[in-house]
Amino acid sequence: MRWLRRNLVSIIGILVLVYLFIPISVVTALSFNKPAGKFNISWNELSFDAWTNLCGVPGVCSSFVTSLEIGLVSTLVATLLGTMIAFALVRYRFRGRSTTNLIIFLPMATPEVVMGSSLLALFLNLRFPLGTVTVAIAHIMFIISFVVVTVKARLQGLDPRLEEAARDLYASPRATFRYVTFPLVLPGIIGAALLGFSLSFDDFIISFFNAGTLVTFPIYIWGAAQRGIPPQVNALATLVFVIALLIVLTSQFIQYRRRKALAAN
Amino acid sequence: MAELSKTDQVEDLHLVNLTKRFGEVAAVDDLTLTIPAGSFFALLGASGCGKTTTLRMVAGLEDPTSGSIRIGDKDVTRLRAFKRPVNTVFQSYALFPHLDIFENVAFGLRRRGVKNIKPIVEAMLELVELGHLARRKPTQLSGGQQQRVAVARALINKPDVLLLDEPLGALDLKLRRQMQIELKRIQTEVGTTFVHVTHDQEEAMTMADTIAVMNAGRIEQMGSPAEIYELPRTVFVANFLGQSNLIEGRVSGAGEMLDVAAHERSFRLPRERSSATGASIILGVRPEKMTVLDAPDAARVPEGHNVLSGRVTDVSYTGVSTQYLVQASWGQELVVFEQNLIVGDRCEVGDEVVVHWSPRHSFGLDGNEDIHAGVDSAVLALESVDSAPAAGDGE
Amino acid sequence: MAPVLPSAAVAPPSTVAQRRSRTGYVLLFPGMTWLAVFFAIPFVTLFVTSLQTPVPGKSGRYQLGLEFGNYATALAEYWPAFVRSFAYAGIATLLALIIGYPLAYFIAFRSGRWRGLMLVLVIAPSFASFLLRTYAWKTILADESPVTSFFNALHLLPDGRILNTSIAVIAGLTYNFLPFMVLPLYAALERIDPRLIEAANDLYASPVTAFRKITWPLSMPGVVAGTLLTFIPAAGDYINAELLGSTKDRMVGNAIQTNFIEFRDYPTASALSFALMAAILILVFTYIRRAGTEDLV
Ligand SMILES: Nc1ncnc2c1ncn2[C@@H]1O[C@H](COP(=O)(O)OP(=O)(O)O)[C@@H](O)[C@H]1O
Ligand SMILES: [Mg+2]
Repeated sequence: MRWLRRNLVSIIGILVLVYLFIPISVVTALSFNKPAGKFNISWNELSFDAWTNLCGVPGVCSSFVTSLEIGLVSTLVATLLGTMIAFALVRYRFRGRSTTNLIIFLPMATPEVVMGSSLLALFLNLRFPLGTVTVAIAHIMFIISFVVVTVKARLQGLDPRLEEAARDLYASPRATFRYVTFPLVLPGIIGAALLGFSLSFDDFIISFFNAGTLVTFPIYIWGAAQRGIPPQVNALATLVFVIALLIVLTSQFIQYRRRKALAAN
Repeated sequence: MAELSKTDQVEDLHLVNLTKRFGEVAAVDDLTLTIPAGSFFALLGASGCGKTTTLRMVAGLEDPTSGSIRIGDKDVTRLRAFKRPVNTVFQSYALFPHLDIFENVAFGLRRRGVKNIKPIVEAMLELVELGHLARRKPTQLSGGQQQRVAVARALINKPDVLLLDEPLGALDLKLRRQMQIELKRIQTEVGTTFVHVTHDQEEAMTMADTIAVMNAGRIEQMGSPAEIYELPRTVFVANFLGQSNLIEGRVSGAGEMLDVAAHERSFRLPRERSSATGASIILGVRPEKMTVLDAPDAARVPEGHNVLSGRVTDVSYTGVSTQYLVQASWGQELVVFEQNLIVGDRCEVGDEVVVHWSPRHSFGLDGNEDIHAGVDSAVLALESVDSAPAAGDGE
Repeated sequence: MAPVLPSAAVAPPSTVAQRRSRTGYVLLFPGMTWLAVFFAIPFVTLFVTSLQTPVPGKSGRYQLGLEFGNYATALAEYWPAFVRSFAYAGIATLLALIIGYPLAYFIAFRSGRWRGLMLVLVIAPSFASFLLRTYAWKTILADESPVTSFFNALHLLPDGRILNTSIAVIAGLTYNFLPFMVLPLYAALERIDPRLIEAANDLYASPVTAFRKITWPLSMPGVVAGTLLTFIPAAGDYINAELLGSTKDRMVGNAIQTNFIEFRDYPTASALSFALMAAILILVFTYIRRAGTEDLV
């Protein structure tokens, strides 16, 4: 009883973590299912068809590739623009700082329907054709804020004395940036880019409003939900999940090893 | 080691009327100072007195509000940091965390495009005894090792002046003693001018050839450790560097010896040991220069010594010495350190005693100065708490 | 809010020299232009669109107007969806707080060297498709599923089912936005010096009192941030309502989507969207003011 009382928080905490993973285990399990009817929502029969034939259903893989492409391009552009803003915010004085901060904060506090619909209203009024370009524009727009916030935090956490030390050691402003500032901020930029990519890749609402006839992976799923989602979709989603998890766990493990080496010293 | 032989041409560092204001505050106030080439120079002062700001101006990391900085004949005031022949060992080292020890040390050489740097870096790492750790990252080193990397990283560039900002502040006491000796050894070996900033007077005294005591953005006094300890020229120095007993009085007399009248007594002091200009004077004497005698033994006071009588209010035995607090007849508490040479009884609390010292150990300070200048304000607060009830039940 | 530490170590004055030069503006320009053109200006076009009137005789074409009546019409038709959006999002936020707090507390104070891994596990579900995870709840909450049977055995379900009811929608919202609750809570809790809680216990506070008087107030910034980050997207969401609810559970998001994309009734859709944003902003600012943490923005 005492043991239970003392560890109650930990037990609840772990149960909540397990709860977070229940739907994912369902998604994964159903990727090994041979659906009885149209809809792949209840267990029928073990099958590896989806995995051996990932692109077996028309449209799945092409939408997947579309999402990858849009994700990569949006992430690249947004990371560049966002990093530039972060540097300006931390390193330069300029007029209109509070407005700037507000414009960066607001996209993170705006529901996706509102962002998606207002952007659509703009494109409709401009008679701008919907498609890859409009979706990428939208993604870049909402990723920028996350990049700014992440890189800015990293930049603010940077000890100003490191850059002074570089200047003291004969590094010109350019060399200081290249050999000290940039390498030290880089992990933050990479983190921001990974976050940005995952947001873009998984975005449905904003994309749906601005896609026209373009089909991204989430839009494909949405459409398939009415007709029945093929197990290939589950297999691909599982694959993405596992890869992302591996990337994060590896970086965690490297950090952990580094800290351990440090402690052993 | 050939590459690390003594710097050929070292030149004096001149700070002329150097001033730095942050808004209204003058962090450094009209500072004029010459730091002799090749010296181990300590800039000593309480936290916040402007030491770091002075160093940063010399390094070029901060622009002076006015005044100039020269190295030899060369005016470097407007020279940008990365073009100055000056390097810094930063307060918390500021080692580049993403570079290993070798690359940290090689950084300055690489930026200047020096060729074939491997032997130079290796020799430098040998000098600071870190050759075996060249490929470690800074976070994998202990504090003392990081400190030596910081020194190596700066010294390898053979600067005209090496600036060290509280380089030992982050180390524990034992390591600090060890590094003091180490730094001194390195300085002797390379012959570069070291400007060492510290708030630790013991550190300044043991390491430096010349100390400048700094207070509120100005230099109070400069000289060898012995000079400024034995003959402080301001109340601040007398109180900040070690301890002093200070007695207010008035000067009279002409000739070699001055007479100081204080509290209906007369003390003597050689004229050249007084920096008082007017009639009002503060007479000072270091605690270890004084001797305590039981009142009945007053006859044993040597001829010509300054004498006063009082009552012992506290005795603390510290091993090397015994520390007495003696309340003088006019109420002031004086501190006396006595070496433990006497076998047997020491004075006890409540004993009536006489305290005496040689006039040649006295010094005179300007009577218009604040007698508490340079005393740790926390100590001052404590003393006033202490004395309040004592004054109440004393009468 | 900083915990009182015994040594009053004085930080050296920050020496980041902020330069004023053209470079700053050059760095800001492309990104801020992007945000201005594709985030700020669209709000203006959204508002303009919400006041447009139909071009007579041409269905699906609208012209510039000042038809504030669009708002009245839209709200008259969709006010139940509005109410549902805020009610569902509110309940989901509360539930997420209740189950998220123990998790955040556990990670901050009890997970020891596994802390990094635990945090990864909190965000990991977001790596799997949002839509698929939501869809998976269809399987979990299906009528014959163990979960539904369990609650039915306890006679807790008014309709005898979960799927296609508001319960499923709220459950889905709670699940989907839980990480947004846990992470800020964790960030706030992690900053609390555990010695403060020990000190409270030392000063005769029971664990419950220590929580009420120390932990909870100090975690308030996390609670405010977490509830906002959960509530805002939940109020705008329509995926959960669409996939897990019945037609009776539709939220504003559904209405905006159908009006924009299916009915092509742009003025109504824009009016709803603009009204939703306005309502959320009013609510958020009132909330922040009352919670007294304006530095959040
Ligand atoms: N960048 C700055 N902005 C404003 N005030 C400063 C700055 N740097 C130092 N100061 C002030 O100048 C005074 C001297 O500081 P500093 O040179 O760091 O002293 P020290 O190194 O002797 O402790 C202090 O009062 C400090 O607060
Ligand atoms: Mg300092």
